[in-house]
Amino acid sequence: MILTDTWKWLVDGANWSGTDGILHRLEQHVIYTLITLAISCLIALPLGSWIAHTGHGRWLVSLANAVRAVPSLGLLCILGIWASSHISGDLALTGPSIAVLVVLALPPLLAGAYAGVTEVDPAARDAAKGMGMTGAQVFAKVELPNSLPLVFSGLRSASLQVIATATIAAFLGIGGLGRFLLDGQASGEYQVMIGGSVLVAVLALLVDLLFALAQRYLVSPGLTGRRVRRHTAGTGTGNLDPATNLDGEKATA
Amino acid sequence: MRLLRRQTAVLVATAFAIPTLAACGLSGDALQSGGGGGSCSSDQPKAGTVSIGSANFPESQLLADIYSSALKSAGVKTTTTDPIGAREAYLKALDDGSIQLVPEYTGSLLTYLNPKATEKAPEEVYAALITTIPCSQLALNPSQAQDSNAMVVTKATADKWNLKTVSDLAKHAGDVTIAAPPEFRSRDQGLVGLKSTYNFTPKNFLPLSATPAIVSALKNNQAQAANIFSTDPSIKQNNFVILRDDKQLFGSDQVVPLISRSAATPKVQVALNKISAKLTTDNLGEMVKQVVIDKKDPQAVADAFVKQQGLG
Amino acid sequence: MKTLDLSYVSDNWSDIVHRAWQHAVLAGLPLLIGLAIALPLGWWARRSTRLRPFLIGGAGLLYTIPSLALLIVMPVILGTKILSPWNVIVAMTLYTLALLVRTVADGLSAVPGDVEQAATAMGYTPVKRFFGVDLPLAIPVIAGGLRVAAVSNVSIVSVASLLGVSQLGYYITNGYQRSYSIEVWVGIIGCLVLALLFDLIIQLVSRALTPWLRVRGAS
Repeated sequence: MILTDTWKWLVDGANWSGTDGILHRLEQHVIYTLITLAISCLIALPLGSWIAHTGHGRWLVSLANAVRAVPSLGLLCILGIWASSHISGDLALTGPSIAVLVVLALPPLLAGAYAGVTEVDPAARDAAKGMGMTGAQVFAKVELPNSLPLVFSGLRSASLQVIATATIAAFLGIGGLGRFLLDGQASGEYQVMIGGSVLVAVLALLVDLLFALAQRYLVSPGLTGRRVRRHTAGTGTGNLDPATNLDGEKATA
Repeated sequence: MRLLRRQTAVLVATAFAIPTLAACGLSGDALQSGGGGGSCSSDQPKAGTVSIGSANFPESQLLADIYSSALKSAGVKTTTTDPIGAREAYLKALDDGSIQLVPEYTGSLLTYLNPKATEKAPEEVYAALITTIPCSQLALNPSQAQDSNAMVVTKATADKWNLKTVSDLAKHAGDVTIAAPPEFRSRDQGLVGLKSTYNFTPKNFLPLSATPAIVSALKNNQAQAANIFSTDPSIKQNNFVILRDDKQLFGSDQVVPLISRSAATPKVQVALNKISAKLTTDNLGEMVKQVVIDKKDPQAVADAFVKQQGLG
Repeated sequence: MKTLDLSYVSDNWSDIVHRAWQHAVLAGLPLLIGLAIALPLGWWARRSTRLRPFLIGGAGLLYTIPSLALLIVMPVILGTKILSPWNVIVAMTLYTLALLVRTVADGLSAVPGDVEQAATAMGYTPVKRFFGVDLPLAIPVIAGGLRVAAVSNVSIVSVASLLGVSQLGYYITNGYQRSYSIEVWVGIIGCLVLALLFDLIIQLVSRALTPWLRVRGAS
């Protein structure tokens, strides 16, 4: 019964339009996700490869991992309280939410960039140097392409994490699909809540699929082993799991 | 489903109101309490631990602590749950037996149960409420403490548009975003009622789950009007202006204990009625201020109040 | 301010400990139940190449369900009371499964083929081999997955405070309602300490169960 109600809610065109309609909420959700991922990538990718390259600041990677243990709801609330007395305008609501999402997206991205560059076959690096490449060339032509599978893996974990957690950020009052969950709960309308969750899950799957496709086109076939090592599990094909794929254990296994 | 149950409850209640009350055979205090219909009179209230729930805002939690403290003083065992959520959620908890007692507000509860209710005066609201609530529950004596849903604007907005009443605000509907808890959207004491009573459809609705967020949205002018409880200390703190509810959408909201019939022993009823008799808008507002602004522990504030009223 | 911090904590110490214990049960019990279910599922996923994508993909799919929604819908699915802790326990078990099925399958895959063949040659039955050889060798990988699940569970359980199930998240939402940072910090630090404890316990148990790793490390 609940499922038919949910279906009715989802297919009712009236629920798709307007400022609190599905389309607008979906758009907001995608925008929050994109902003978060862009900021996180700008921080994590250079930082991760710098750490891997120089060997300095490895503790940052462990620190970022430890941050995973901080409850996102707590981080949201503490930033929300802080922002309400220090920031004004729309940013008072979206600022803390985006900040928390960035904090969540950083660990997998940082770990991905770090592990990606660290795991580059030293032989490949030496060969490049032997061919007379400069440090910058080695980075751009060898290390970066070689690290892409793990970077992508980190990006996919991060985006799943962000899409799921952006729903909790609705508690602070930002828009996005999380509104359907919170508003549905507040007004006791289960079909709205379940419908909202379905939308979140579908969005998460779509985004993952998109990244998987991008990965396929961007990563050199020589790396993914699609042709070379078909029988072994490639790095992150169809990996939906937000945390395991990047932890130390997996990288060494 | 709910509607059907409600209607039968009303029918049964009007038919059996007098015999039901007489059948309770409780003390004079308890006699005034009521709820539900005759079909429930067979439920014998059982003495035992009373689990007290609360809504997700500080005043409700404070009231739950006050009830708990008063009942404990009367020798009744109690537990309090963590805040459960909006009315839509905690009434489910009362229905399924997770809790037996919850602080309620007469007018809000009445319009929640029956969106068509037209009663506005406190006595009428209470009289209508006791015949409307499900037969498994009782609304005990209401207190004098009033905490209405209020439409609030900043002093600046009130001055700029020369606002005194909600009707005044409705004239600026096209420029108004309302900030309120999410349930405001679908409630009669919310957007639904604003439209039907005031013909007021705001430009935008900003759902926010906690009062501090609503307050900061109003201060930041992300919203030009907000729904805040009239007792909320943030109103005084920020010099917000409460707009007069000139068409009486929000009605009278007296604090009232809503209890499961199964837990409403005479001892429990008497203790709760005694504490309700002591609650006023002023002392409740002062206690909420102690909890929210002075960050005092709600249970400690509640205990002190019960003791101070000579009930501890 | 400093003295204020301590007074909130000391005034509410017994409540904090009580909620921490409730939090530990809500996050910890699902780890045990989840592990118990993930072991056979992971073993199955490893053995059957046809089922593997379904089991692992299905488990991964669970993770895309927002925690708030799963927690709220649980009473409707289970028919439990809306304040029942089982709503949280079952939901957290599902999340634990989502992480562990894959890890268990990976851990079992990591057991070297020659070890398995040697065990079979020594007359181990498949069941005996699983408990005597495959599982012990997979412990470090499984423990790694369990650590991730533990940290994630502790964090997600705090969301249950939006529905009235008592645990440390109460301090987070209640503190936010009162704009009371110290109270929110109690919730955050409580969760951190709990996550750290879980992590430590899993590491200790994992080490105790794999004495051969230490011997190798020492030599």
